[in-house]
Amino acid sequence: MELAFKISTAMKDVPTHYCPGCTHGVVHRMVAEVLEELNIRERTVGVAPVGCAVLIYNYLNNDFMEAPHGRAPALATGAKRARPDLILYTYQGDGDLASIGFNEIFHAANRGEKITVIFINNGIYGMTGGQMAPTTLPEQVTTTSPDGRDVSQTGFPVAVSEALATQATPGFIVRCSVHDGLHQIQTKKLIRRAFQNQVDNRCFSLVEILSTCPTNWGLTPQQSLEHIRDNTLQHYKLGILKSPEEV
Amino acid sequence: MTKVLMKGNEALGEAAIRANCRNYFAYPITPQTEIAEYMVRRLPEVGGHFVQAESELGAVNMVYGAAAVGERVFTSSSSPGVALMSEAISYLAGSQLPAVLINIVRGGPGLGGILPAQSDYFMATKAGGHGDFRLLVLAPAGVQEAADLVMDAFDLADKYRNPVMIIGDGMIGQMMEPVEFREYNTPEGIDRSYANTGAKDRPPTIVKSLFLDPQQLENNNLELLAKYRLMEQHEIRFEEYAVTDKMDVLVVSYGMMARICKTAIDELNQEGHRVGIVRPITLFPFPSSAIYKAAARARKVIAIEMSTGQMVEDVRLAVRGRRAVQFYGRTGGIVPTPAEIRQQLLKLIK
Amino acid sequence: MLIQSVFAGFGGQGILRAGQIIAYAGMAGNLYVSWLPSYGPEMRGGTANVAVVLADEPVASPVVSTPSVVIAMNRPSLEKFAPMMQTGGKLIINSSLIDIVSERDDLIQYQIRANDIAQELGNPRAANMVILGVFQAVTGIIPDETVEEHIRQSFAAKPQFIELNIACFRHGKNSISQSGINA
Ligand SMILES: Cc1ncc(C[n+]2csc(CCOP(=O)(O)OP(=O)(O)O)c2C)c(N)n1
Ligand code: SF4
Repeated sequence: MELAFKISTAMKDVPTHYCPGCTHGVVHRMVAEVLEELNIRERTVGVAPVGCAVLIYNYLNNDFMEAPHGRAPALATGAKRARPDLILYTYQGDGDLASIGFNEIFHAANRGEKITVIFINNGIYGMTGGQMAPTTLPEQVTTTSPDGRDVSQTGFPVAVSEALATQATPGFIVRCSVHDGLHQIQTKKLIRRAFQNQVDNRCFSLVEILSTCPTNWGLTPQQSLEHIRDNTLQHYKLGILKSPEEV
Repeated sequence: MTKVLMKGNEALGEAAIRANCRNYFAYPITPQTEIAEYMVRRLPEVGGHFVQAESELGAVNMVYGAAAVGERVFTSSSSPGVALMSEAISYLAGSQLPAVLINIVRGGPGLGGILPAQSDYFMATKAGGHGDFRLLVLAPAGVQEAADLVMDAFDLADKYRNPVMIIGDGMIGQMMEPVEFREYNTPEGIDRSYANTGAKDRPPTIVKSLFLDPQQLENNNLELLAKYRLMEQHEIRFEEYAVTDKMDVLVVSYGMMARICKTAIDELNQEGHRVGIVRPITLFPFPSSAIYKAAARARKVIAIEMSTGQMVEDVRLAVRGRRAVQFYGRTGGIVPTPAEIRQQLLKLIK
Repeated sequence: MLIQSVFAGFGGQGILRAGQIIAYAGMAGNLYVSWLPSYGPEMRGGTANVAVVLADEPVASPVVSTPSVVIAMNRPSLEKFAPMMQTGGKLIINSSLIDIVSERDDLIQYQIRANDIAQELGNPRAANMVILGVFQAVTGIIPDETVEEHIRQSFAAKPQFIELNIACFRHGKNSISQSGINA
């Protein structure tokens, strides 16, 4: 019989702690598969964020270091500069990357650090129980915007990828989504390119992925996927925002 | 005033509002995010201002800004977040600004855990930032005391123009107890002449901690020191419980840990032993002389903390070698139970 | 008088609320009270428990290491807390979900089919109130009216559930004489 599916060897065969319907796990698998396909797992080092994905080191089979909240790009910079032969990636949520860690991501991108950033945008703080994130949609209810996000007080959702893409330094910056099969296939390809860039010693690469948090959105897993399709995509355009070929 | 049953975190926020504080800036972190979740609803009702900052760095520097314009302001966080605030806390102290900082401590170091701990004693009393400065540190042992101390904290911050830290642990933040908010009136005649309120009919005010001339910097630091000496004279607070002559053991413990000790002490004393406790309420200034005197009335002295041993160093200094000071602690978020403390004390009694 | 109780079960079984009602009622009855929930990563989909202390003197430790009363809504709770109990302690077991009792013979154990009873009365989610009724019957230091008053307050936002919850509470309270074992 032909083998139709096998778990990536870059993934550990353990249950995750993620809530039902959370797409963190989906993206973990894509990263694992890419590491295996590019045959780089054994020289790859991940940097774990502070957020629900802090335990990513329990699920992926590569070396990991754990960063203080938001500082993953700085750790990755230090490691990559010290050992350019290693493949460095950070895996960060939107609180981690777009709020407390905006400084670090901005300057890592602007220095053109040859690292890969997987940026999970679920529009909320998952781990701490559903507070507003910079990426939270207008009117969205969270525990720190109980009447819905009021953009006159808290601004509009931060478009990190666009902000990074405006800088002159070359880089690979894309936004994608995992709310259905087609988009998942697309996302996986972009993650692969983001790692390939590093293998080729090319440029800074960041893949922003629109993701779900059914628990703190107060939706079912299915409703959460539909929420991305019907709402999140109104605020966040998918596509390649910057690629090294342009420059 | 009526009694209400309230979560510690919420009582902290409500007490600040009743102390006429209208400004709160913070960043979420467990186990104290309920303070922000409470304030985001409550502050608008009283015309106050809340911003969820982009980080603790942002939050504490917003505090710095509000304090510099002469307004009452506070922030809250938990251990790693407070560590991140350290630089600005030093600036607050150096530029002599009043502000209230709440640390609901969780286990460390590093990312650590989210369960109750007392492992930030050093950070609060000795090492919360660079330079020659101190915070006035208050350690409540229950929801009622937390609410009372928040009100006092604002007054003390204004009185000394110095940041005041309230240090609790995850237990105090999460538990519910009855609380009665006392009538509060802001003291009259608070001197706000330092504040940046617009240089109309007066020379500009400069809020700063830069003194390139070493003599000026030393003068500033001596001015700070003089305030700390005054605090030592006037602000020391502690509770003594079952302190008698000829104690078998004197316990020194603070915060919620002290209450757990009390249950063990009650049991032992009912069985005819003699165990007493001194509970520091101010961690800085530290009640050294009370501990010295009580230690003289006990055969043995033990410090009990949810850490691997931090306050015990101050207890040893306080006792000045008159007794050997033993230590018992659990860490990492493990809260010693009354039964466990009882066993430790029995070992000493034997 | 000192009641050191632990209410334990799955997250979602209404354990924290049941404890809160007792804490509120205790306060209204001029007792000293504390309500200390477990918190932490285990909360997500896991077990929940809360220590409720009722006393006629200020509560020293809100942490309960040797409970005098335990409510076990599920089996893991029974297995965890029964061994810690004081001799003579009262163990209240939700026998809808727990098919064992503690092996200890120095406890007074009460089995009550809380989920089934709540289901029969209208909604299995009110099982926590059945159990609360048993707690009330075995402790009996707060007047019934006071507890009922706080059940009403607790459901003030959902008034349609008040009568059901009161009925469950009363049923629990009246049923213990038949269900106490080795009492
Ligand atoms: C310095 C510091 N501040 C705050 C926290 C608390 N904290 C932990 S995770 C988190 C936010 C997580 O949100 P996000 O990055 O969006 O990831 P998600 O959990 O949604 O995947 C925060 C604020 C911390 N650990 N350290
Ligand atoms: S809280 Fe949200 S982000 Fe975290 S695991 Fe659950 S669904 Fe995922």
